[in-house]
Order: sequence, then structure tokens, then C-alpha cells
Amino acid sequence: MMPSSKIPKHLKLRPPVPVAQGTAESGAGPAKIEIRSLNFYYGEVRALSDISMTIADRAITAFIGPSGCGKSTLLRVLNRMYALYPHQRAEGEVRIGGEDILSATVDVADLRYRIGMVFQRPTPFPMTVFENVAFGLRLHAVARGAELHHRVEAALREAALWDEVKDMLNKDGRSLSGGQQQRLCIARTIAVNPDVLLLDEPTAALDPISTLRIEETLQALREKFCIVIVTHNLQQAARVSHVTGFMYMGELVEMGLSSAIFTTPKDRRTDDYITGRFG
Amino acid sequence: MAIIDQGHAARQLIYEKVFRSATLCAAILVLLILGGVGASLVHGAWPALHRFGTGFVTREIWNPVTQQFGALGPMYGTIVTSLIAMLLAVPTGFGIALFLTELCPPWLKRPIGIAIELLAAVPSIIFGIWGLFVLAPILQSQTQPWLIAHVGAVPVIGSLFRGPPFGIGILTAGVVLAIMVLPFIAATMRDVFDTVPAMLKESGYGLGATTWEVIWHIVVPHSRVGMVGGVMLGLGRALGETMAVTFVIGNAHRISASLLAPGSTIASAIANEFTEADGDLYTSSLIALGLLLFLITFTVIALAQAMLRRLERQSGGRL
Repeated sequence: MMPSSKIPKHLKLRPPVPVAQGTAESGAGPAKIEIRSLNFYYGEVRALSDISMTIADRAITAFIGPSGCGKSTLLRVLNRMYALYPHQRAEGEVRIGGEDILSATVDVADLRYRIGMVFQRPTPFPMTVFENVAFGLRLHAVARGAELHHRVEAALREAALWDEVKDMLNKDGRSLSGGQQQRLCIARTIAVNPDVLLLDEPTAALDPISTLRIEETLQALREKFCIVIVTHNLQQAARVSHVTGFMYMGELVEMGLSSAIFTTPKDRRTDDYITGRFG
Repeated sequence: MAIIDQGHAARQLIYEKVFRSATLCAAILVLLILGGVGASLVHGAWPALHRFGTGFVTREIWNPVTQQFGALGPMYGTIVTSLIAMLLAVPTGFGIALFLTELCPPWLKRPIGIAIELLAAVPSIIFGIWGLFVLAPILQSQTQPWLIAHVGAVPVIGSLFRGPPFGIGILTAGVVLAIMVLPFIAATMRDVFDTVPAMLKESGYGLGATTWEVIWHIVVPHSRVGMVGGVMLGLGRALGETMAVTFVIGNAHRISASLLAPGSTIASAIANEFTEADGDLYTSSLIALGLLLFLITFTVIALAQAMLRRLERQSGGRL
């Protein structure tokens, strides 16, 4: 991470983007992610327009909005996943822990190692349950032998999966049930102890009981991580998140405490969306 | 109204039955053809097999004058040329497929893809004359002298590269076969790699893996079954390829330690000698060679199936 002395002066002098009111009272940590004037393009098509926000550490921030509103795109900016594809580009400023991650000098592999991501569908790797969780740890040679076993077990426990798989660590990860696979993916992501955990509709492909277990897991993890979740499920956003942002047509329409967004939204479009008039 | 509906339903039932029987017949036809090929091969090969017994597959001798026939030479040639082809074509095809799916700039994808498909469409006779008139002289004057001088002195594997550089021979046949099966292996593997979900690869990148790490730890293991399929497709073609091999292998019914020496394959021996086969025993021996090729190919497919089943069990049946 970049020490604060390296941040150019003109950036330091800028007034901070206002944090959603009341986040401090909810037990959340200081701002972890700061986004200023972010624009994103798929070729010529603009998918995000002038997004500015801050996202708090040790809290769950949810993004809701109709399909194509840019919420998944926002996540893909935060770990530079878009950079895998030509013709996709981001402009503006995104700071995570003070470091400008859009800078050309950022080591993308290192960035993604620190910004974990869980996808819409479970994506277990073609290897054993143990190796799935050990994958990131081995890649970056952070743990070996007994220490590796210890970290794998800790991650599986945190993802509330240990009791179910402790006797089948050598089975292929793809032989687990869908809900177990998704918790395996969460375990794999938190095993490397990332700074930020991004979840892109993590329960979209799961049954209600598996969904509930994942939500419980997230509640337990919020104490440690900055969690950003994109969801189509409004109840889920209301249940698990402290702060909710509503996005519409590439814009951040409104962002604030979830309790406020879901009861007294300020913008007409937010109101229409959460009451089911569109989307 | 009800009567019309009943008539309609009855007609539908008849269509259903006709359709079912037609597809059943088509399926049974495959079994009949396969059985027929096997039966006529066994029938034609019977005089030779009866005369020579197991000696037919364990003896190297092939002498039409004394009417002594053994298939060991062509069997050896078939297997060794195919192995050489696989040794050269599988890594190359693997590299082509990986480059096309994971690394290639988009504008280069189509030209290379089309080139591979065109290579697959070249008739085998073209590879035969090219192998004989272009490749063999180059191998004879350049590659083989180098191999003899440098690798020939190495213990154990050196014996594979000794003797005079003929140009034509087992090695040349293997190289031509490698070029011929390469497009099949590359195209199959490319299609297999293309089926790896983007989300799965992104999961790897999301943990900070590099392109190479994603390919090696995720794309390749995920595609194992399809890759085996591609290799088997190429191997099946290499085992049975006739025309090009007949041109460049030298057609000698013997087993030489050196890969530079002439040899023969089952298919090339049959193609070469069928017209001049006089006498029932000679003809029957050639048919028996065909039966052996049939069995070798069958064994390869069976082994591939067993391998696939093992892979499937390892992954808990979710491939």
C-alpha cells in the first residue's frame, strides 16, 4: 500500500467526498474505498457516469438497481477485472486504502490478490476442496505445510463450511452442492485475507436455505472486511447491508444507510424501484 | 370437436411410432455395419490366422515367395510412427490452442483459425508427394546427418538415430503424420479451451493469478477430458493413415532399431501389396493385417474411454 506521504499534494487538498450519513454509528470503520468522478466505457458505450462515493471498512455496502445499471461494472472496476478485456476502460480516481488503483503502475495481480471477488455462480476450480482454498495461498507462497493447513481450515470455518467438508477435503471441489460450492468460493477468497471482499450477486444461483447460510457467513465476516455486495434481491440488501447504493443507468442515484434507503428514499427513482414499479 | 381431436391424437401416436422405429433402425444399422466389418475381416483373415496361429503377430518375417507371413514389422511401424506423430503434434497443437484462446490478439485469431482448418482439408496424397519430394530430401541432407552426428552417440536413445540417412523411413513418416494430425488436435483443443467459462478464469485472476497460472491451474485441468478426446482423434487418424505414409516410409517389412531406417505400417503394407497379392494365403494375410489394425484402433478407443471414466470419477462426476 502507498504510504500517505506519497499521495500528491493536490489530491490531499481536495475536500473529502461526503460519507453516507450515520455510517459511523453503525459500527463501521473508516472509509476504505474512495471513488471520484469515475467513468467507465465498454468501447464507445458509457456504462458508468461520474460516480463518486466512499465505502466504509468493516461494513457491508450493497448496490441495487435494475439489470444493466452498472453495479456489476462498478465491482469489476474495483479489482480491475475489466482490464482483462480490450476496449474496456475506466477514467477517474479510485482509491483503496489510499492507493490509486487505476494508475498504470499498479501491479494488477497483486491488486486482485488484495481485493477478493465472489461471482454470480459458484466457480470451484478443477481440484480438491483443500486445493481450492489453498490456491491463492500457494500462488503467493504465503503459507506452507502445517501453516497452510491451518489457514485453509480457518478460512473454511469462517465461511461456515468446515463442518460439512472436513472429512472430504480431498474430494473434487466440483462434487459439492451448489451452496457449498459458493461457500467454498468465499473461503477461497478470504483465505488470502484480502482488504476488500467483492460479491457479485453471490446467491443468484442458490436456493433459499443456501442463501440464508451465505448471508449469515457475510454477517460474521463484516467485522473483518470491507464487503461490497451487488444484488438483485432487495430483501437481501435490506437484511445484510449497512449502507445501500441505488444505481440506475450508470449513475449512482442515491446512497445512504440501508434503513433509510428502504424506508424513506429521497429520490423518486429509488422509491419506484424499491416499491417494484420498475426493474 | 371431440372426434376431430381424437383423430388428431391417433395420428400423432402413429407418427410417434414411425419416428421411433426409424431412429431405432438407424441406430441398429450402425451395429450391423460394425459387426459386418468385423465378421468379414475375421472370415477373410481366417486362412492366415489358422496357418500361422499366434505366430502371425509375433513373427517379423514377411516373405511372399516362401509364403511366410508375420505382422510384427507393420504393427511396430504403425505404433512407432503414430507415437512420433503424437510426440510432435500434441505439444504443438496444445500450444496453438492455448495461444488462440488465451493469448492471441483478436485480429490474428481468425487468420490462424482458418489456416488450421485449411491444413485439415489438404488431401493426404498432397502430404505424401510433399513428404517424398520436399521433406525427405531435407531430412536426408540436413536433419538426419545432424541427428546421427549428435544424438547417435548418446547411450540408449542414440541407437534410435544410427545408420545411413535414407531420407524416407519411420521418422519421416512420423513427421508427415504429425503435420497431418496437428490441425485436428489443435482445433479440438481450441474448442475445448473455448468452453472454459470466463467466470472461472476470472475467479483465478481474482486471486491474483497471472495468465500462465490461470492456464496451467484452471484452464488445462478443466479441459482434461476434451483434451484427451482431441489426442485420441489425432491418434486414431495417425494409426489408420495410409496414402501419405506409403509414400515416405520406405515399405520394408522389418524392425530396425534406428528410426531413420525404412519400415512399414499396417495400412501402407495393405495399400502397397494388395494388387500384387497372389495366392489365398497372401491375400488372407493382408486381410489379417487389416483385422489387427481394427483391433489396435479399438484398443486405443477403449483405453481412452477408461481414462475418461477415471477422470470423471476423480472429479465426482461433474465435468
